[in-house]
Amino acid sequence: MAEMKVNLCGIELDNPIIPASGTFGYGYEFAELYDINILGTFSFKGTTREPRFGNPTPRIAECTAGMINAVGLQNPGVEKVISEELPKMRRVFHKPVMANVSGFSIDEYAEVCERLDKCPEVGWLEVNVSCPNVRHGGMSFGTDPKAAFQVTEAVKKVTTKPVILKLSPNVTDIVSIAKACVEGGADGISLINTLLGMRINLRTRKPVIANTMGGFSGPAIFPVALRMVYQVANAVDVPVIGMGGVETAEDVLEMMMAGATAVEIGAVNLVNPYAGRDLVNDLPRAMEEYNIKSLKELGKGN
Amino acid sequence: MKETVFKVVTNRALTDSVYEMKLRGDTSDITAPGQFVNIKLDSLFLRRPISVCNIVGEELTLVYKVVGKGTRAMSMMGHGAKLDILTGLGNGYDLTPVKSSALLLGGGVGVPPLYLLARKLIAEGKKVTVVLGFNTKSEIFYENEFAALGCDVRVTTVDGSYGTKGFVTDAMEGEFDHFFTCGPEPMLKAVWNKTEIDGQLSFEERMGCGFGACMGCSCQTLTGNKRICKEGPVLRKGEILWQK
Repeated sequence: MAEMKVNLCGIELDNPIIPASGTFGYGYEFAELYDINILGTFSFKGTTREPRFGNPTPRIAECTAGMINAVGLQNPGVEKVISEELPKMRRVFHKPVMANVSGFSIDEYAEVCERLDKCPEVGWLEVNVSCPNVRHGGMSFGTDPKAAFQVTEAVKKVTTKPVILKLSPNVTDIVSIAKACVEGGADGISLINTLLGMRINLRTRKPVIANTMGGFSGPAIFPVALRMVYQVANAVDVPVIGMGGVETAEDVLEMMMAGATAVEIGAVNLVNPYAGRDLVNDLPRAMEEYNIKSLKELGKGN
Repeated sequence: MKETVFKVVTNRALTDSVYEMKLRGDTSDITAPGQFVNIKLDSLFLRRPISVCNIVGEELTLVYKVVGKGTRAMSMMGHGAKLDILTGLGNGYDLTPVKSSALLLGGGVGVPPLYLLARKLIAEGKKVTVVLGFNTKSEIFYENEFAALGCDVRVTTVDGSYGTKGFVTDAMEGEFDHFFTCGPEPMLKAVWNKTEIDGQLSFEERMGCGFGACMGCSCQTLTGNKRICKEGPVLRKGEILWQK
């Protein structure tokens, strides 16, 4: 019997499959299709202090083996997430959930994390310092080691739950950012967020995305993601969540062999709404094929 | 929402660029006219959303225009081809506000979803007037199909090569208690401006998932933020906040 359990920052997961923030809402759309409690956990839609509508449309573009999005952190704001979304989510998901947080200032990150840290539904805080779709915030905190350190430190001061920093691949040296987060007290690192990308409509000669650029994701970015997971996992002593273009059980194993403790899946959820369930069901088959008895053999930090 | 494999029964050109595809499969999640399906195509990453033109039992009819790689691939599919389709997406039109007489206005490939709507309204004993707007005579499709349902059919062409010269808004005289429309956004806005009665407008937007997960197709309305794929594509006249 294949053992899929992994330990993520002190909390045991039944399996390493985690739908990524922004591709799974608060879970209810998917709960209409299957019992989402089959998942390890999921990371809910990125939360900011104030409600945000996000960017103008079009926000989506097709690419070879992937897509670009420029949603821009649309969310109802932390207050409504706590009072409306989490109680609704609780009806369909009964495991600890990962709260994804974004911000435009260090104070905002700290305040939103402090409030979500107090929610019993939340198991981990995933701090997104890597959103490419907002100005003056998001990614700017994840492209400078000093700012990444400051955000991590500020969040750690006001929280009790494991804090995972979600990093951007749009940097020269991702290892230095990861190390700065760990120095600031990060309990884990997740990577990669989307790669900054762009498409042009040949008929209009203008960018497809209203915001000009957006985050490129999907299977096309898997090798880039895997390389960065490998680099970071070898440089830090905290658990690493690998993500970026994961579609198959084989991709999951590859990410874990690169050093990931758990794996997030993003764009694939939008194309195959059953992707999370299918991966959990298919993983034992792939483990057997590659003679893996327990996933804990693979990941580091378990 | 349901994920189902459909089999192509027929796929024929209605005009130079508009095709009618009939498929067989599980249509049970399609509950209202104006809903759409989302189609997975080989070699393309995102699914392609197409409005439902008609359902009869297990037969689903889609009428689509070739505008890019996805719809071109669809146009080349023949009898027996299999398609992975998410069905029952979006809210669809609400028929209940119609007391006795409805006005349906469709522009180009905004025409297809009005077909199932007209069929349902006529089955309820309502009087249906449908205005079909096209650029030119060679682009016209489904005029006879709507007439066969028992609709009063009016056709407009921008160049005047057939029917009334002009836009759908040039052929909407008469007494109606509710309108329904689908078409390009400038047409929707013109209809919204010219109609005094209440009605429902179906919008189009680039989508990521098509089932409410990604927030790719959000819009702002007077009744809050809505996802075109989930709380739309049909919005009520009174809630629309024009942005562009």
